[in-house]
Amino acid sequence: MTIVNASTTFQGYRRDNGRVGVRNHVIVLPVDDISNAAAEAVANNIKGTMALPHPYGRLQFGEDLELHFRTLIGTGCNPNVAAVIVIGIEEGWTKRVVDGIAATGKPVAGFSIELHGDLDTIMRASRQAKEFVQYATALRRVECPISDLWVSTKCGESDTTSGCGANPTVGNAFDKLYELDTTLVFGETSEITGGEHIVAARCANDAVRERFMFMFDRYQAMIDRWKTSDLSESQPTKGNIAGGLTTIEEKAMGNIQKIGKKCRIDGVIDKAELPTHKGLWFMDSSSAAAEMVTLCAASGFAVHFFPTGQGNVIGNPILPVIKICANPRTVRTMSEHIDVDTSGLLQREMDLDQAGDKLLECMLATANGRWTAAEALGHREFVLTRLFESA
Amino acid sequence: MIHAVLHDAKDTVAVVVVEGLTAGTELNAWIMDEDRVIQVRARQDIPIGHKVALADMAVGDTVFKYGEDIGKVVAPIQAGQHAHVHNIKTKRW
Repeated sequence: MTIVNASTTFQGYRRDNGRVGVRNHVIVLPVDDISNAAAEAVANNIKGTMALPHPYGRLQFGEDLELHFRTLIGTGCNPNVAAVIVIGIEEGWTKRVVDGIAATGKPVAGFSIELHGDLDTIMRASRQAKEFVQYATALRRVECPISDLWVSTKCGESDTTSGCGANPTVGNAFDKLYELDTTLVFGETSEITGGEHIVAARCANDAVRERFMFMFDRYQAMIDRWKTSDLSESQPTKGNIAGGLTTIEEKAMGNIQKIGKKCRIDGVIDKAELPTHKGLWFMDSSSAAAEMVTLCAASGFAVHFFPTGQGNVIGNPILPVIKICANPRTVRTMSEHIDVDTSGLLQREMDLDQAGDKLLECMLATANGRWTAAEALGHREFVLTRLFESA
Repeated sequence: MIHAVLHDAKDTVAVVVVEGLTAGTELNAWIMDEDRVIQVRARQDIPIGHKVALADMAVGDTVFKYGEDIGKVVAPIQAGQHAHVHNIKTKRW
């Protein structure tokens, strides 16, 4: 008897577009690097707001620019966000982000700095942010079926215990959530190298399989173009190797334990695209933790499962990141970062079903409002994926 | 006590899951997929999370973990020795 079933509910924020969030953030979103200062000033002025500074947004073009907009708009659209202040250097691209977010029906207002300067922009944006905070704090959580929950996963600073303990725990939880009509995603394209035949075999049909292999081959071609070695110390990382992982194939086999034993891959999305139906999705994405989790947030996911071995400390500004660890040394030395300890798995003190339930119990508490370790520790890594140089 | 775990009976390496493992220790290695325990003697000190070889392997041999190919042997390995980047390499990239 598992902890979740079709009648399981959680207390969430139902947005105008029907999506359900588990947080209620008012964010101040810069369109570009040079608007960070104004965005941070607004967040300093108005309590209950959060700025999301980042280093990009100027002279990007083509697919890289499309991804930039998709990521910013997706972040604003995420149901964990109640309202958004957008600040950009000029009007056009600022309006593009505002219009994208406004499609959800949530409150959003844009401010551009040219012809005003920072100080006037900060004053006007702060007045609007204050209204948004009062709007957001009046919203109440309501009971929502578990099928309204969108859950993403990505692992980091993996070691061999990830593949034996923490990742299979996520896989067990994903198998249970999949049965309940939830929306799930995994990715990390380069980190499937050596296990791509297993992922391909799990695709629901030939169309999904072809799309997955297209994304996989596209990433391999990118690596082949730029590599100067076998990627050792990058993929697997120096930390992975210190933790005992030797090859990308070994790391990949551990990685794909996260999709469990039963669920099928129902669809494939490009970076920061929105899933269009329920089920398990593969998102083409970097395997760098903060990049991938930022993309999950931009794709609309509300809770994230992050198994770690050596102890990655990542969080995200708007997406609660739940850390799962099966390495007894990491659980002991970095306990403040670990939400779900499954080290008992490796001594047969708990079975996978119990570990999966322990994670789902933490997921429900998180969905109902309890902060994750990363939230309490202030981890807000917001890292935009770039595809190539600026013009 | 479980000293090491492996996924599949076909695996030629197992993961050490205890801290401070020293050479000479008789390891209990748990095959998770079959819930069966086998024994191997550690020939070297092996850190937690690192792998112990379960069989003698020659250069060019494929290394199996999860019942799958995880790379090739690049320096001879004896059962009980530490198996890592000094004697195993990727077949990709």
